Amino acid sequence: MPSWATLMSQAFNGLALGTLLALVSSGLTIILGTLGVLNFAHGALFTVGAYAIFVIFQYTSSFLLALLIGSLFMLALGLLLERIIVRLFYDRPHEDQILVTYGVGIVLVEALRTGFGSHAQRVRLPSWGTGVSELGFMMYPTYRLQLIGMVAALLVTLYLVLYRTSLGLIVRAGIDNPGMVGILGIDVRRTFMIVFAVGCVAVGLAGMLYAPVVAVSPDMGASFMAQSFVVIVLGGLGSFPGAVIGGLIAGEIIAITSAFNSAYSEVMLYGVMALILVLRPQGLFGSEGRV
Amino acid sequence: MKRSAGPLRAVLPETILALVLVVAPFALPPLGFSYDLLSRVLNWGLLGLGFDILFGLTGLLSFGQAAFYGVGGFVTAYLLVSGKVASVWLALGIGTAAAGLFGLLVGWLAVRRIGIYFTMITLAFGQMAYFIENSPLSDFTGGENGIAGVPVPTLGFGEGAIPLSAGLPMYGLLAVVFLLGFALARRIVMSPVGTILLAIRENTGRVAMLGHDVPGYKLAAFVIAALYAGLAGGLLGSFQSYMPPDAFALETSGQLVVQTIVGGVGTLIGPLVGAAIWLWLRDNLQLVPGLGAFWKLILGIAFIGLVIGLRRGICGEIAHRMNRRRERAALRHEAAITEALEQSGAAVATETAKAIFASLPLAAPGGTAGEVALSVRHLSRHYGGLKAVDDVSFDIRRGTIHAVIGPNGAGKSTLFKMLLEEVSPSSGEVLLFGERLTGLGVTRAAQLGVAKSNQLNQLFPNLTVRQSLRVAALARRRGKLRLDLIRPAASLPEVEAQVDRVIDALGLHDRAETPAHILAYGEKRRLEIGMALATGPNVLLLDEPLAGMSPAERLATRDLIRAIAVSRTVVIVEHDLDAIFQLADHITVLHEGRLLAGGLPEEIARDQAVQDAYLGGLHADEPA
Repeated sequence: MPSWATLMSQAFNGLALGTLLALVSSGLTIILGTLGVLNFAHGALFTVGAYAIFVIFQYTSSFLLALLIGSLFMLALGLLLERIIVRLFYDRPHEDQILVTYGVGIVLVEALRTGFGSHAQRVRLPSWGTGVSELGFMMYPTYRLQLIGMVAALLVTLYLVLYRTSLGLIVRAGIDNPGMVGILGIDVRRTFMIVFAVGCVAVGLAGMLYAPVVAVSPDMGASFMAQSFVVIVLGGLGSFPGAVIGGLIAGEIIAITSAFNSAYSEVMLYGVMALILVLRPQGLFGSEGRV
Repeated sequence: MKRSAGPLRAVLPETILALVLVVAPFALPPLGFSYDLLSRVLNWGLLGLGFDILFGLTGLLSFGQAAFYGVGGFVTAYLLVSGKVASVWLALGIGTAAAGLFGLLVGWLAVRRIGIYFTMITLAFGQMAYFIENSPLSDFTGGENGIAGVPVPTLGFGEGAIPLSAGLPMYGLLAVVFLLGFALARRIVMSPVGTILLAIRENTGRVAMLGHDVPGYKLAAFVIAALYAGLAGGLLGSFQSYMPPDAFALETSGQLVVQTIVGGVGTLIGPLVGAAIWLWLRDNLQLVPGLGAFWKLILGIAFIGLVIGLRRGICGEIAHRMNRRRERAALRHEAAITEALEQSGAAVATETAKAIFASLPLAAPGGTAGEVALSVRHLSRHYGGLKAVDDVSFDIRRGTIHAVIGPNGAGKSTLFKMLLEEVSPSSGEVLLFGERLTGLGVTRAAQLGVAKSNQLNQLFPNLTVRQSLRVAALARRRGKLRLDLIRPAASLPEVEAQVDRVIDALGLHDRAETPAHILAYGEKRRLEIGMALATGPNVLLLDEPLAGMSPAERLATRDLIRAIAVSRTVVIVEHDLDAIFQLADHITVLHEGRLLAGGLPEEIARDQAVQDAYLGGLHADEPA
């Protein structure tokens, strides 16, 4: 039985990983819900975000400025990908959409490998994020606390965009009934383009914020993508609350299991997914009848 | 079938493949294909055979095949290296079976969801297998180190046994295994199961409605794919005398998908060709100075291009081009017939149709086979506060044409969907010859002898008329799930006779080999009804059979319905009241979800309440 302090710090690690997974999965789920496209390049886009901060942070001393430039870069990349590739696939079968985005993922990862090599890179912590903080009951790395705060702020922003703006209204309507939105005379193509780009920014920001805590390498995104699939299965298709809560659950499952036996952390996550599939196949927040 | 089935022609693809496999090790090494590379290509090809049955034939895209490849590989390797099993052959068999069992478990969970979800779930379980191998089971699997020293199989026993060592002997072994695997996969594709799997890809819902156990067949395809993967995994460890943990990696599943798309999906041989290209490029591009680091980037770009422009892949594209001229001529011919038909509107010979339908087999009625075929008892369906159908009860007598009519929104469609269990009732029940249908599900209801033709056609667009009807006729002849994997699809004489009779009755004789999507509208409607008929139902539900037909086609279809009713019970929902009053023996009228009236056509025509309902109650107190 691990000590109380270990459990507590693992719970915080789970929160950090969970909010991050929530952000990654939200990006995936709004694209999936609105465009109907399962973006298999999502993991690669996470990696692109991490490399973006790696490069940009070398030229500027401000981490926040680097985040901003990186987000603009992800936005541009998202618009470009939607415009030249994803757009060709709206009328094609889901399988083709999966295949082509998988291909995009390969190209992105290999382009990074060609540019930066396969070895791991380090991104330094922002000056305000070094050291550890005293929480009263335990010590915890400062940047991880800030990471939780920043990701939470981003999720709130995304929530406000989805639930308080007209774009968000269209996106949520599109998730409920994709055909109807087009019939109502809304320019679906433009909305799709923006949503895809917003999804890219969300996952890119997750990659950027995560970069200082891990080694940045071309293959770092794959496991995040697999985990975000689990989050979607847990939370339910196209559901923003599902992605957030599913992400937190997944993060805590991994972290808490690690406290007992790290060998089982991932296995436990997939085991819980299997259990949900048996007991509630539509996911915790999904509704019956959706694909 | 018009196909000339000479014994040689039937095995032509296998013969060509055998020749290629014999020539390859002599012709290809100068081009940069070593024996080792050829062996690896065959191993990927074997893995791909199963994947192509799952994805190419059934349309289920799995990103988790590495799990079964890995399970087969590690079980085989562990048994051999730990000395628990001495015979490599036996270990391969156990490894393959283990992969199949794991496939059964994962498949059972995965086939519950379709499309995107299926792909996500297979990917996630692939990852799970990877992590299980890596940590909890690392005492057995060596974790990140894998298992070294896997022995090669031997031919013969004792002193005289010949080891199939790396190089040409191992190539020979893999070539033989691949050839056998290919022949088996082709038999599966051409079997009744293969036809049903193809139909599932084309229109899953209709296959269930005809009485096939769709999840069962999907699971079968999944397990077949897992078995192929397990065997390939077992051979992988054996031929490189080392079982690598990255057999389990997501990358392996992805590479399989890419190779299959490049080589050609749905061609069986495509994954092998794709693997040859991928591995050859990898081995050879890496040697080119300045290009080595880019090989995968180049392949990735090429892959995107293929998916955008040449989705059939190399083999698929070649086959398509070879067939195209012949097909185009046939298509033009078909389209011309279609056009002529749309202008004239052909009639069906009613008298022969009557005889034909009388000779179609009927399902044995369950329970006490009384005079009531279908009994609707207190049936309700509520959507929130809306009572679409509210406490409706009536009986449908055996051998009659029973019409359900009512103004728009009366609840006819909902009622109809509840008869075949497409929609489950909020309360009440439906009895077929006294046996409760409610709660059994659409597949079971179809098996018991209720068939439905839909208001909107639910066809298999790329299946021919004959294939479509065969899928229907197979359902009740074979039961809801039967795995006759190596029997040719057209080898069941009763099924073929049934299909021929329905084709004759529908007047689609000249169109038997035409794909459904080319048919004229009226012909599509007839095929829609014909598929319901070909199951040999006791009770046939027709949802607006006359909708969208020309006047001539209406007449023909009316005659067809009369002919059908000679031998079975017909329940019909239709807006064309003239046709209904001529056709029906008995009419039930629904209004705002409730039963308004029921009786003979004459009684209904005189009924004041019915007239009020149809005219919106206007004429009673206002001048119409």
